[in-house]
Amino acid sequence: MIRLERRPAPSRLWAALTPALAVFATMIAGGLMFALLGKPPVEAIRTIFWDPLFGEFAFYYRGQLLVKAAPLVLIAIGLSIGFRAGIWNIGAEGQYIIGAILGGGVGLAFYPMTGWYIFPLVVLFGAIGGWAWAMIPALLRVKFNTNEILVSLLLVYVAEQILASMSLGLLRNPDGNGFPGSRNLSAYEATANPELIAGTGAHWGVVAATIAVIFAYILMTRHVLGFQIKVSGEAPRAARFSGVNPDRLVIFCLGISGALAGLAGLFELTGPAGQISIDFNQGYGFTAIIVAFLGRLHPVGILLAGLLIALTYIGGEAAQTNLGLPSASIDAFQGMLLFFLLAMDTLSNFRIRFGRAKVA
Amino acid sequence: MNKRTLLKGAAAAFVLSAGAVFADGHEPTKVGFVYVGPVGDGGWTYEHDQGRLAVEAEFGDKVETVFQESVPEGADAERVMTQMALGGADIIFTTSFGYMDPTINVAKKFPEVKFEHATGYKRAENVSTYSARFYEGRAVQGHIAGKMTKSNKIGYIASFPIPEVIRGINAAYIHAKRVNPDVEFNIVWAYTWFDPAKEADAATALIEQGADVILQHTDSTAPLAAAEKVEGVIGFGQASDMAEFKPSPRVSSIIDNWAPYYIDRVRAVMDGTWESTDTWDGIAPGMVEIGEITDAVPADVKAEAEALRDAMAAGEYHPFTGPLKKQDGSDWLADGEVADDGTLAGMNFYVEGLTGDIPN
Repeated sequence: MIRLERRPAPSRLWAALTPALAVFATMIAGGLMFALLGKPPVEAIRTIFWDPLFGEFAFYYRGQLLVKAAPLVLIAIGLSIGFRAGIWNIGAEGQYIIGAILGGGVGLAFYPMTGWYIFPLVVLFGAIGGWAWAMIPALLRVKFNTNEILVSLLLVYVAEQILASMSLGLLRNPDGNGFPGSRNLSAYEATANPELIAGTGAHWGVVAATIAVIFAYILMTRHVLGFQIKVSGEAPRAARFSGVNPDRLVIFCLGISGALAGLAGLFELTGPAGQISIDFNQGYGFTAIIVAFLGRLHPVGILLAGLLIALTYIGGEAAQTNLGLPSASIDAFQGMLLFFLLAMDTLSNFRIRFGRAKVA
Repeated sequence: MNKRTLLKGAAAAFVLSAGAVFADGHEPTKVGFVYVGPVGDGGWTYEHDQGRLAVEAEFGDKVETVFQESVPEGADAERVMTQMALGGADIIFTTSFGYMDPTINVAKKFPEVKFEHATGYKRAENVSTYSARFYEGRAVQGHIAGKMTKSNKIGYIASFPIPEVIRGINAAYIHAKRVNPDVEFNIVWAYTWFDPAKEADAATALIEQGADVILQHTDSTAPLAAAEKVEGVIGFGQASDMAEFKPSPRVSSIIDNWAPYYIDRVRAVMDGTWESTDTWDGIAPGMVEIGEITDAVPADVKAEAEALRDAMAAGEYHPFTGPLKKQDGSDWLADGEVADDGTLAGMNFYVEGLTGDIPN
């Protein structure tokens, strides 16, 4: 008989091993699914995990990996800080949109001027936009004790409506023949967020994500605020006694995650996406929640998780075009990865015992 | 060496290698398709995919087609197109309005690859645009709807407030009003091309408000499924025949038939005669078809609708023929005057009689 016995503390060895095991299990189960669909399983798995990194066109895909991972990592880092403190910002998608709109709006106000100061200003307002949108649930929670999960989530839908309105009205390209969507900000030199080193895909968002990882690491391990965040998450009462001001923590955590989400939106807007359009947001804000947990809420883990998720997106796309896999099967494949990861968590929290339980 | 030249180099290498193999007569022409919805949507994307299959049927092993479904309109689209171009595609059809800027961007990097963008207005040396005069079909729908409604309320599920959709609303309204002066249009903006749940909600809401005819400019069959549940409510197939809802609620349909165009363009690539063009075809060349009008429609109405269709096919009648006024009461077309393509292509106003505002 197999029993699960709770470990006194989660096993660090297993915590490090389980992601690799989960990827392996996904390959097996996913391969099985692809085989059932009548596609060559080994080739499909290779197309998803190997080709983007080492295949014939890796020179292109590696850069795209960074492009796709940067917003995920940037947002997830901000979210993870709040999640550690038990402050749940589920509305990063909305902050991402508002950051892009405010920053992009500032950039468009300068059109067609040139000047070195425009881009930094645009970036600053991107962060402010995201921050301000996150302040709504933060202040409501501090003042009226509302639930920040619900408020931040519902504000995503408000942000989407504002986005639609902006693309059709205020920010619509006056030279666009009445079609929705703003001017292309990546084609406007003063606001463009181009590749910094040609061929790498690395734009300012990638730089920002890297810096965010480092800062989050220092914050969580070396700074008293990081300690307060962790204590608040694990033992709220103890935190109160040790002098943590819960209200300020809420403001800080939602503010920082909002600002980072706004930055992610802004860099995406001025770089890969180009214009404010009705479909500007692609769910990075929600996927980043998965990335944050996949990375165990640890900055380095999030970096790796962001790259892994980006790989499944890009490899999944390649598998669709090259092998004719249906897009739903790629979604299912990504779902399996998360499923196995969460299931494998059992191994780090529990010990597997064979035989009968000892009677105490 | 920057990425652009790198890609150009890769593309050139590909063209060279493709050419080399082609001399042996083994290398097929590779045709790529980028779809906004799933191929099983039963509407817009389904018909584009039928076009792809028709290309395969026409040319057999002289072509190889690849496609990717459910590609978001934004940064991801650019990567998907690049992927196809790197993979050796000779011509790529990008089948949604939102792919416009990505298509232009990728086309710049692959001057040897031909691109065909549906429903957009930006062209380049290697980018053609094509669209269909769906509004001709809308005129027939409007006629049937105006005759069939008993509540005089017609519900319209619109997607995005872009000229194509506004044109459809106007065409349907003009022809409904002509046969039924009491008719009212109730327009719901769904802000999506394909979202069965949202479309079903919109249809249900419209029916609850008294509409007994539902017109849709979204791609799923969900509105018809919602109409089926209520006695006496009818609708139309959109983009595809949606024949499974015959004879009622689906009483007719607008079918987009892309097959002849796709076959033509692929042949032009094979023959080396491909040139950048702008195509806007209607009922006459067969790009727009009116699906069978079922027996749920009285014989005299059916005969009138078919006569209207035939008049447009013969070029004797244009759906936008004056006298017509704009919604604000200002004159648009004088008696007998026909709208020019430029105005139609950028249409951003309602005709007189429609209520509500175009959202912005």
